Amino acid sequence: MRHFLLGSLGYDALPFYSLIATFAASIVVLGALAVLVFVTWLKGWRALWSDWLTSVDHKKIGIMYVVVSFVMLARAVVEAVVMRSQQAVAYQNPGFIPPEHFAQLFTTHGTIMIFFMAMPFLIGIYNFVLPLQIGARDVSFPVMNSISLGLTSAGAVLLMISLCIGKFSTGGWTGYPPYTELSFSPGVGVDYWIWALTLSSVGNTMTGINFAVTIYKKRAPGMTLFRMPLFAWTALCISILMIFAMPPLTVATLMLAMDRYLDMHFFTNELGGNMMNYINMFWLFGHPEVYILILPAFGVYSETIATFSNKRLYGYTSLVWATVSIAVLSFTVWLHHFFTMGQDGNVNAVFGIATMLIAIPTGVKVYDWLLTMARGRIRVSVPMLYACAFMMLFVVGGATGVMLANPGFDYQVHNTLFLVAHFHNMLIPGLLFGMLSAYHYWFPKAFGFRLHEGWGRIVFGCWVGGFILAFMPLYIVGALGMPRRSQEFFEAVYRPYLWVALCGAFLVLGALVSMVIQLWTSIKNRKALAVPVGDPWNGRTLEWSIAAPPPEYNFALIPKIDCVDAFHEAKKHRDAWRAPEHYFDIELPSNTPVGFVCCVAGGVFGFALTWHIWWAVILGAAVFFGAIILRSFNRNTTYIVPASEIRENEERWLLTLRETAFIDNDAMFTTANNGLVKEPI
Amino acid sequence: MAQTVQGKGPSHIGIRLSNAAPASHQEEARSQAEEALFGFWVFLMSDLIIFSMLFVTYATMGHSLAGGPGPHELFDLSSAAWETVALLASSFTCGLATLAMRYDRSVKKTLFWFAITLLLGLAFLSLELHDFMTMAAKGGGPSRSGWLSASWALIGTHGLHVTSGCLWMLIMFAQTARFGLDPLVQTRFMRLALFWHFLDIVWIGIFSIVYLLGVLS
Repeated sequence: MRHFLLGSLGYDALPFYSLIATFAASIVVLGALAVLVFVTWLKGWRALWSDWLTSVDHKKIGIMYVVVSFVMLARAVVEAVVMRSQQAVAYQNPGFIPPEHFAQLFTTHGTIMIFFMAMPFLIGIYNFVLPLQIGARDVSFPVMNSISLGLTSAGAVLLMISLCIGKFSTGGWTGYPPYTELSFSPGVGVDYWIWALTLSSVGNTMTGINFAVTIYKKRAPGMTLFRMPLFAWTALCISILMIFAMPPLTVATLMLAMDRYLDMHFFTNELGGNMMNYINMFWLFGHPEVYILILPAFGVYSETIATFSNKRLYGYTSLVWATVSIAVLSFTVWLHHFFTMGQDGNVNAVFGIATMLIAIPTGVKVYDWLLTMARGRIRVSVPMLYACAFMMLFVVGGATGVMLANPGFDYQVHNTLFLVAHFHNMLIPGLLFGMLSAYHYWFPKAFGFRLHEGWGRIVFGCWVGGFILAFMPLYIVGALGMPRRSQEFFEAVYRPYLWVALCGAFLVLGALVSMVIQLWTSIKNRKALAVPVGDPWNGRTLEWSIAAPPPEYNFALIPKIDCVDAFHEAKKHRDAWRAPEHYFDIELPSNTPVGFVCCVAGGVFGFALTWHIWWAVILGAAVFFGAIILRSFNRNTTYIVPASEIRENEERWLLTLRETAFIDNDAMFTTANNGLVKEPI
Repeated sequence: MAQTVQGKGPSHIGIRLSNAAPASHQEEARSQAEEALFGFWVFLMSDLIIFSMLFVTYATMGHSLAGGPGPHELFDLSSAAWETVALLASSFTCGLATLAMRYDRSVKKTLFWFAITLLLGLAFLSLELHDFMTMAAKGGGPSRSGWLSASWALIGTHGLHVTSGCLWMLIMFAQTARFGLDPLVQTRFMRLALFWHFLDIVWIGIFSIVYLLGVLS
């Protein structure tokens, strides 16, 4: 059934085949409507357009990335709870989710968590923090930055649309062929998956290029690479990983697309196709991706542990080299994702040993963090709680990783819930906790007020408790042999563990609800929680040396750096917050709708390809490239912030600063904190 | 903390922008050009990964003929040789264009050599298109076998890159007509030239691995 206007789209694409699917789709539609009504009620359309959607300011782009990630997090957590509930009742019982729907759930859960929760979250945090930390006014290519955001958002929107129109892939987040080939998966699901991933992987490649160039070219004078904060170092490493690791994913998904759309034979069973090519390319991307996800959290912990221990990071240089070694080693271990797929035992041994080697630099890091805390003036803040939970839990996950790196052991537990427990044990403490603590840590810098501390602790408790309850039992059922992705099972012994895991899942849902309450309470009490001076945690790096929220130009004058933790040194020598003698005009990139246009055009392109609506495919591509070409003829791309305006702005802030009293370290979590903390002696 | 107005790193040795603007503006333009060129090098590295994935896929599929035609039946070495000549010559003329832009500072000469480059690029593309049509006519379409899928994807991706290079050149002609050879147009021409030489290097890989090894082994 092909129609010129609508391709293969018809009434049967609507989700009325199942009550749960209809319900989920109506939540998406109602949620979208609620946002539209809310913006209209706020009379915020103009502001949304000119302050946010068309903005190329790295700070705003960063915040928008994090918003995308939170929306997707909510959906994927709900999916996890639904899957846990199904498994809790699935002993000799088909439960309430049919197998095909269950397969869609684990596919979207994984796809969203990796590509549309984790990636936008960490890219968003870097976008906001990185230029501030290295003393830059923006990233190197601000418009490209906004196009990257557009592409990632278009992918996320495709996933949301797939909930309402048609069905998503059932091939898992890795989408292994030949199952995902046309002969086994004839529906549109795999196509949705392909185009969502392709859009986001192109966006992420561009982000990698952007961040790497920013770090190499835009550091403040005197900030040599070895004077950068560790968070910036992890940014450099993950950018390089993204530059080299994203293209294999793009190639793999596009080859799968060629198989499906043009009847080619890259990965098919017949006519010479070879699925192992896909699996190798996917994990050539996939393993570095693991470190793209984990290194940012390492960077965050390096910042928060130093700040809240009031000590310089212990073993800075060793931490840098550990980070770099992990980044390099991450390219040498991809085969451990498919030990069981028929290679020679010696090949498996080489990759097994390479995998175990990664534990060494990671161990170095854990010791460095512990030694940073040793004899520090530790303040138990929410980020510090996350860091401590991370260090304990991550070591457990790392140990099971070393177990899995042994091919003999891997044969025993591959495709069981043991593996599921292992990678959740790496990614929840090693990514999500890091990002949540980054959210808590830099929120006051972004919005000018702190997040509610008490609710932050509740969120922390729910996440950590929920994680332990949900995943530790899975190690046991996995070792007992329960296969992953099971919609139904027949071993009574699994049952109690799955019930505990369900309790964990509900606790995680509680964490999600608490996060909403925390945000709501904080916004309501924003006056009391305000930190206008901008240094609420007694920070050490440059981003804390400016107002909160930072002015559009970040730094009135670019600071000159002569050591690690330059801002901390300046505070120690009573040399911080010095008023500049002269102010200068600052040139900044102007807003442009190119990123938003590319987002819409990219989304139309992906949707139209999924449903074979060829005219819209051509239209989407033409608008996408047309917008970029037209933009290249625009010479009026910057605006000047006049020196007088900067003077007025900065002097107002400096006046607030002088009128604000220094508070004690212990008062940091009270409303006395206005963003100016006394250096403890 | 000490503060400065603007940070300046060491300058990129290959940048030689011609401009009548005052020194401070030239300095600004040069540092922007440096960032853009460096970013483009990084992009090329990333693009090279795409080609290397296509090359390894091709290499692993050398025997996946599935009973279909192979390189001996399908490839015309003399046509591939002419394509190589056209593309290598275009790289040379592209170099002449860059030299004319950076040292002679002559709009006419620059555009002349870029136009020759474009023509050679189009000649390459029409030869390649002809090759593809001959292959398809001999029953060697991309859906015949895994090996043919890999060949079409590898050669075709390179061809698409050359096509986008040609379109880029046309856009740059329009920009020169509109703005003259100002610093921004010059750095864009420089990036285009990098892209063009890069495609040449990839083509040398394709010619050696796909055509020479395919027909001569």
